[in-house]
Amino acid sequence: MTPRFIRRAREAALGYLLILPAIAAFGLFIFYPLVKTAYLGFFLAPPFPNLPSHYVGFHQYGQILGSSDFRDSLGRTGLFVLYTVPIGIVLGLALANLAQKKLPGIRLFRTIFSSSVATSVAVASVLFFTLLNPEVGLLSYAFGKEGGNGILADPHWALPAIALVTIWQNIGFTFILMSAALQSLPEDVLEASMVDGASSGVRFRRITLPLLSPILFFAVVIGVISGFQAFGQIDLLTQGGPNHATLVLIYDLYQQAFQFNNPGYAAVLSVALFFILLVLTFVQFWFFQRRVSYAN
Amino acid sequence: MQTDSAVAARRKKRTRLAVRYLVLILAAAVILFPIYITVVDGLLSPQQVVHRPPTLFPLNPHWGNFATAFNQGDLGIYLRNSAIVTIAVMVAEVLTSVLAAYAFVFLRFPGRKILFFASLATLMVPFEATLIPNYQTIQKIGLFNTYPALILPFIASGIGIFLFRQAFLSFPSEIRDASRLDGCGHIKFLFRIVAPINRPIIAAFALFAFLTSWNQYLWPLVVTQTNSVRTVQIGLRQLAATNFNQIDVVFAGTILAALPIAVLLLAFQKQLVSGLTAGAVKG
Repeated sequence: MTPRFIRRAREAALGYLLILPAIAAFGLFIFYPLVKTAYLGFFLAPPFPNLPSHYVGFHQYGQILGSSDFRDSLGRTGLFVLYTVPIGIVLGLALANLAQKKLPGIRLFRTIFSSSVATSVAVASVLFFTLLNPEVGLLSYAFGKEGGNGILADPHWALPAIALVTIWQNIGFTFILMSAALQSLPEDVLEASMVDGASSGVRFRRITLPLLSPILFFAVVIGVISGFQAFGQIDLLTQGGPNHATLVLIYDLYQQAFQFNNPGYAAVLSVALFFILLVLTFVQFWFFQRRVSYAN
Repeated sequence: MQTDSAVAARRKKRTRLAVRYLVLILAAAVILFPIYITVVDGLLSPQQVVHRPPTLFPLNPHWGNFATAFNQGDLGIYLRNSAIVTIAVMVAEVLTSVLAAYAFVFLRFPGRKILFFASLATLMVPFEATLIPNYQTIQKIGLFNTYPALILPFIASGIGIFLFRQAFLSFPSEIRDASRLDGCGHIKFLFRIVAPINRPIIAAFALFAFLTSWNQYLWPLVVTQTNSVRTVQIGLRQLAATNFNQIDVVFAGTILAALPIAVLLLAFQKQLVSGLTAGAVKG
């Protein structure tokens, strides 16, 4: 046993010791449950509680993923993403552009525009819950929808209303992201275009927008991912109703697991959600790497 | 002639500025509306809340609503629970990430690469995909409806390890060599030199970890059952569901729930952008 070997062994031991807490937590709460989820999907819930669930293998995966229920909840999730992402990004960019110019008092406007980052999904949802309430809500009053069952109980308007809450809650973050992007644009290019006499509209379309395209793409991907994970606003405002109008994938998953006591069904949905988000995350990583290499 | 056009140009500029301010004020009003109305309604009596046309300014504020929400609405307990859980998660995440990142950068041991890759791979797993088995684990080890149930699954972070490793990698190796000559051991080197130098990135990640944990909804919803451990997000759900006949108290409670984060963000404005985008690598 040379001193060199002992030194190496001690270094390795310290290394394992330092990574142990993180790796143990990952193993117990991420890798093991991930495998377990896929495995749970092989078991069909018994027709009556307290009976053992029985192994059906991939049969349950085929059944659920091929069902119209799954297609419907996936469709609603897609619709929700379509409602929230483009409008959110356009509004965030417009606000950032508006607050870009250094004017007296602009800091106050910037603070106001980013204010919704201070709210959580639950805070935002309760804010709108009361605003949309048919008896006391001011938004219901403003839209002439007072009395009756209210906007959230209307199958046509429930999902758009949830989207509205989501857009409002995310606007602060999008504004901050877009403002930072606008500020990091190369000034010489913008100045050159001003000297060239390009109108502000043309300048925005031809110069600013292309320069912003990486950050816009980035915002779209994280918007889509968080759209697939939107849960709190649905739980607080509609619980998947009315008439399944807001029953998105993740809410379906939650209900199957924790209300209908059907972990096998929920596990299949978890696996589907995992693969959908995996693809999106890969797109994001690929893009993130490209952005980093551009920056260098 | 020339002065005329100069005047016209100045007038045009002034009109443009006025329009810009008008749009700014309009946008600010729309964005602030939900918050403003909630603050106002939180200060009204229930009769005033339902009065039409609506009261837009509280002339004799009912400050008592906030006390009612805090005490009877259990907001005080919820806020305390959130603070305990969030601070514990933040401290644990920062600590485990700093330790792991240090090992990945400064120490050599077999399997280093693959373990780092595994840490990165956790970024690909959304929490929802592990929800059911994690719930079963917490049930099985008897932690259902306890603080540890809310804390344990989040004591490590792939993002933290990734960010800190990137930061530590750019650490000049001369300093490491010099401090080693001085007889400085790894732990001392980490806490006396590496961590203090990387304070900005650690602070940004800490803020991100704090916000993420504070805002959690799904997990606290499924692993808590009583108000004694419920976090403020789930507390708000309780408040809105059970106290709707006291609508003014619901409004006041919502404001109370949002206040700590608003104050925190105002205090840490500088770290905000990096803190918010830190998590953007995660799905």
